[in-house]
Amino acid sequence: MLTIKNLHAEVEGKKILKGINLEIPKGEIHAIMGPNGSGKSSLASVLAGRDNYTVTEGEVWFNGKNLLEMSPEDRAREGVFLAFQYPVEIPGVSNINFLKTAVNEVRTYKGLPPLEAKEFLKLTKEKQQLVDFNTNLMNRSLNEGFSGGEKKRNEIFQLAMLNPSLAILDETDSGLDIDALRIVSNGVNKLRDAEKSFVVITHYQRLLEYIVPDFVHVLYNGRIIKTGTKELALELEEKGYDWLKEAEHQKESV
Amino acid sequence: MMNSNEIIDDIANKEYEFGFTTDIEMDIAPPGLNEDIIRFISAKKNEPEWLLEWRLKGYQAFKKLKFPTWQHFDLPEIDLQALSYYAAPKKKKQLNSLDEVDPELLATFEKLGIPLNEQKALTGVAVDAVFDSVSVATTFKGKLKEMGVIFCSFGEAVQEYPDLVKKYLGTVVPHSDNIFAALNSAVFSDGSFVYIPKGVRCPMELSTYFRINAQNTGQFERTLIVADDNSYVSYLEGCTAPMRDENQLHAAVVEIVALENAEVKYSTVQNWYPGDKDGKGGIYNFVTKRGICKGANSKISWTQVETGSAITWKYPSVILQGDYSEGEFYSVAVVRNKQIADTGTKIHHLGKGTKSRIISKGISAGHGDNSYRGLVSVGPRAENARNFTQCDSLLIGNQCGSHTFPYIESRNKSAMIEHEATTSKIGEDQIFYLNARGIDTEKAVALIVNGYVKEVLNQLPMEFAVEAQKLLSITLEGSVG
Ligand SMILES: Nc1ncnc2c1ncn2[C@@H]1O[C@H](COP(=O)(O)OP(=O)(O)OP(=O)(O)O)[C@@H](O)[C@H]1O
Ligand SMILES: [Mg+2]
Repeated sequence: MLTIKNLHAEVEGKKILKGINLEIPKGEIHAIMGPNGSGKSSLASVLAGRDNYTVTEGEVWFNGKNLLEMSPEDRAREGVFLAFQYPVEIPGVSNINFLKTAVNEVRTYKGLPPLEAKEFLKLTKEKQQLVDFNTNLMNRSLNEGFSGGEKKRNEIFQLAMLNPSLAILDETDSGLDIDALRIVSNGVNKLRDAEKSFVVITHYQRLLEYIVPDFVHVLYNGRIIKTGTKELALELEEKGYDWLKEAEHQKESV
Repeated sequence: MMNSNEIIDDIANKEYEFGFTTDIEMDIAPPGLNEDIIRFISAKKNEPEWLLEWRLKGYQAFKKLKFPTWQHFDLPEIDLQALSYYAAPKKKKQLNSLDEVDPELLATFEKLGIPLNEQKALTGVAVDAVFDSVSVATTFKGKLKEMGVIFCSFGEAVQEYPDLVKKYLGTVVPHSDNIFAALNSAVFSDGSFVYIPKGVRCPMELSTYFRINAQNTGQFERTLIVADDNSYVSYLEGCTAPMRDENQLHAAVVEIVALENAEVKYSTVQNWYPGDKDGKGGIYNFVTKRGICKGANSKISWTQVETGSAITWKYPSVILQGDYSEGEFYSVAVVRNKQIADTGTKIHHLGKGTKSRIISKGISAGHGDNSYRGLVSVGPRAENARNFTQCDSLLIGNQCGSHTFPYIESRNKSAMIEHEATTSKIGEDQIFYLNARGIDTEKAVALIVNGYVKEVLNQLPMEFAVEAQKLLSITLEGSVG
């Protein structure tokens, strides 16, 4: 599904990603952990096509297509979804109108006719239940004045509506209360199937108890410095990152 | 993938869609402004003596008046002697029906999306089409006449209904009001006239479409709308012009009179040629629009969507004379490239219990400069007058400007005047967020802008709201920074 080869990227002349290699096959869930500022959100932004990042080296293939050559909107239409760490507020644009536009843009790209109002509403109801999304938030301006947790839920609601094949969740768990965490995780688990892959960026082992990953990667200083199974997350929770950082610095100084 | 600078450039290069010219034989007066030319115009139009005299008074006032200096831009020098004050498509005789209109002209309006053929015309909208200085056709005239509604060109009204014209002409915008209004009074060419009799609710939207075609001419049309007691009318005005390197002057006057319990809605979608990306060419749109709520409980509502013109200078105003009368002003003004808009409204509360509402939405992109200028005045008799003003600015990119000049003069302690203002910017992160959901940048801007102007567009009749929405997205195509 997704192949990242030796990816280097910089922002404002500063090297952030320094040779990322990652293979995410269909149906798998990969967790990415790592200290603050290590480049996790940057990786997500580069995959989604944010234009202030410059890719200086490397390749990214998505379902056989060169992802880096596509515009951000085409990446989304091809099935890449980024749940933002900090969702943006857009005053004046109603959540429902935004969703309708997004859903129909993706459909048009796939050669499908736009959904009729009735079908769209049906889909909305169904997905709303899936992630227990408050109806009141549907008619409000997109994310405007939403609480931190409501914004995160809205991201997952959009994920459910757009049904992408690759979903990148950037710290979706931070800001969610305990119940919301469970609900959102359940939602993700229900959306999960053999055709879909997830990249889950998180700082907390707790989320990975709900959304059980196939692999856990540690990103540090723009590189993946360790890969393991879900037990690695437990180990990190216990020991922190220092032991990995030290090992990495020793390697570098050799 | 475009970066933001490329996108900004892209908008600047966006072509004006209506910039074609029509090749048609014209009667054009020699350039220059003097009494002779005014007599020439008046004679051409076979006007009564009183009207010629009124024009000449306008000319005398014009000579004494000075160009304004209070606006927030440098008024370019306009050589009024270099302009021609009369241009009309040549015609052999008086037209009796649409079939006699030059097919080239009909084709021009078709191309602009304004079919004048009644079968093809929008149902529920009667259109008066003004080409350069002259009204070429008014649709659905017969149907309206049955109800006593008069909707015709100004010239025709002078011939057919001189008493009505004489009674109201210049009563709202006097011939000496300001230099552009005085100029218009002296040389006005044509325009539309509307009279809605007592108790009649006009069954269709009345619409005028203005088109400047000829070179080196000014367009000076005059519109007079009178709504008698207990009547209602909704009136729409649209306009375009060809792309020309030199600036062209448009100095129109609109007067509205609402008598007791009458309501007039006046909507404008202004899309004159704005000039090219370096600010070369384009229309100078210096317009005086004013309405008077003469009778008690009457209402006048202005809605404007201003996307064109190199310079827009207009302040549709309402004099709330009748007790409990109401005035509204809803405006969207868009500037990009080097366009300048200085627009707003004046509301004069004279009668008691009068109410007004002002919603202004400015959008600035490129190097555009947008000013809202508004005056709310409350006279000593206006017990319990109420005003609410909401004045918002949306910025796209870093090089545009936006200013607000709200003036309040209250001479009655019981008046309540509220003013709210916001400034926001379309951010790259907002665009990226929408991109990341499969929405391209143009659609994203349109989505944000439409959300922003919704409150104003909701005031327009359905078809025109859709038109205006399209026009806004075309105008702002790719304007993100
Ligand atoms: N526009 C920018 N200009 C300069 N530096 C930037 C910019 N964007 C990101 N960075 C830097 O890139 C580095 C990686 O940031 P990133 O947001 O990817 O970290 P992260 O791993 O997601 O951290 P966190 O766990 O705190 O979310 C940080 O040092 C950050 O300051
Ligand atoms: Mg992050």
